[in-house]
Amino acid sequence: MRLLRHIFMLGLLLSSVARAAELNIEITQGVDNPIPIAVVPFSWGGTSALSEDVAGIVSADLQQVGEFRALPPGNMLSMPDEASEVYFRDWRILAQDYLLIGKITHSPGSELVQVQYEFFDVAREQKLVGEVLTGNVNQLRDIAHEISNVVYERVTGTRGAFSTEILYVSAQFISPELTYYRIEKSDYDGHRSQILVESQEPLMSPAWSPDGRQIAYMSFESTLPRIYIQEIATGQRRQITDFPGINSSPVWSPDGTKLAMVLSKDGSPDIYVMDLMSNQLTRLTDHPRAETEPSWTADSRSVLFTSDRTGQPQIYEVSVNGGFPERLTFDCFYCAKGRFLPDGKNLVHVRRDTREDNSYSIAIFNIETQRVITLTDTSLDESPSVAPNGSMIMFATKVNGRGILDAVSIDGRVKFRLPSAQGDVREPSWSPFLN
Amino acid sequence: MGTHSMKLFKTTILALSIMGLAACSSTGDEDMAAAPAADTSGIDATTAAAQRAEAERLAREREAQQRMEAAALNTTVFYFDFDVSEFMASDRDVLAIHGRNLAANSSKRIRLEGHADERGTREYNLALGERRANSIRDYLVVNGASLSQIETVSYGEERPAATGQTEAAYRLNRRVEIK
Repeated sequence: MRLLRHIFMLGLLLSSVARAAELNIEITQGVDNPIPIAVVPFSWGGTSALSEDVAGIVSADLQQVGEFRALPPGNMLSMPDEASEVYFRDWRILAQDYLLIGKITHSPGSELVQVQYEFFDVAREQKLVGEVLTGNVNQLRDIAHEISNVVYERVTGTRGAFSTEILYVSAQFISPELTYYRIEKSDYDGHRSQILVESQEPLMSPAWSPDGRQIAYMSFESTLPRIYIQEIATGQRRQITDFPGINSSPVWSPDGTKLAMVLSKDGSPDIYVMDLMSNQLTRLTDHPRAETEPSWTADSRSVLFTSDRTGQPQIYEVSVNGGFPERLTFDCFYCAKGRFLPDGKNLVHVRRDTREDNSYSIAIFNIETQRVITLTDTSLDESPSVAPNGSMIMFATKVNGRGILDAVSIDGRVKFRLPSAQGDVREPSWSPFLN
Repeated sequence: MGTHSMKLFKTTILALSIMGLAACSSTGDEDMAAAPAADTSGIDATTAAAQRAEAERLAREREAQQRMEAAALNTTVFYFDFDVSEFMASDRDVLAIHGRNLAANSSKRIRLEGHADERGTREYNLALGERRANSIRDYLVVNGASLSQIETVSYGEERPAATGQTEAAYRLNRRVEIK
């Protein structure tokens, strides 16, 4: 019932699809010993061809996160679509650990389709899950992602993030006088991109509200950097700041009540928090150098930020009530844009180790053990954004002069890439769980 | 681009006429001294010739000064070293002329647009661009401009002047533009 409702809701959001920058996923690095899984093509009882290959989407989902390897359908010995047709021996011979089968049928007396799927543990010859999902025929992609979530969670114990979305900024250069800047939204894998905001002036820092219904961003459309909030479903928006100087980097508190931001109205950029009920501003930092790039701790009680008060950018944490900030990073020439993984101990950030190495990478710093793990090997990496299940980090980088989106698992073992078919893409922001 | 160069052109004309006026008033005494000398030709031809030569020399100097100041006011892009927000010492004289020009034209308004190269994080680069614009703004104010004449805005790395991942491109992108 929950699934049924969820899928209807998603349908409402899939409104106007314009000429957004289409992203195409490429898996660039997987784990050494991925879990073998057979996803049998789902049978279809209808006459006209379906627009989506549900089993193909599930296979792609599971392979993108790197921990699975899907058996090519050409290698399968049989193609069951329900439990009574499953011969486990067929799958043991092929050394498969798991088996997913399903069938798609017309829902009797309606325009809807039913997707029945069953998931098996091959070694134990045991059915782990069996479910029927109902939706519109144009919601098959949502249904496929939902099946991926179930499979992923059953096997890894971690909630799947396949029904999440990303925001990002695209820039399409037309001529020296004209560039189109857009804030776009797509599925986490780059599919179904749509334009939410378009301007001929730069757009920056798209951020999700914790309920996934609104976005905040900075726009230069008035010729000055100002913060706006926009409702995704209706496109309705409002400008929420108009202070002198920089108004930038809006970030919702996880509890949804506040917006952290950067304002330079008092002389230099500092971190402020706006209460969204009262519009009251609280100043969290007061320093003549630059304080920027706020991000919240999970309990909404502290804000991380970047400051160059010691000369070079480093990451600090301050209470939402203000007070003296605590410095978190020391051993780097440039440590910026810090945000915690869901565990609250591992700090994802942009790191340049020394002045000489001249390379900006995505790294994780454990504030308890003080260990640093550098995850990337490109040199212009920035804007890391963590999937809501904490499994992967999406970030922006440059490859052959083009801005692209990359993703890396938090252990660095798995990588996938979302290059844009046109223009530059950057500043990914991974949504909260939307299901 | 068209409107931009148009604006620059207008600024230059305005600046030239101002500099002309300023030069007249400051050297008025010498002009007056030279004028009667030219009228009383024959009394002392040698002195008159010398005075004429001196006046011409001053006029040439004045023209050179005007040309120099016009060129200074035509210089509207100032470049910065990596990770540095103070303008270069070699730009000080040119910026002083911009400052004095604003002081002499209290109705004139300018916009200082600060930029950074693409290295490092976008939001930090926004702060860096603002600091660069502010460093020039403060120097213009020291030279007589009023704060109310100057709007500063930072574009960070969002509006590069040059593309490419080379030091040459980065150098062109670390800049403040007077508009």
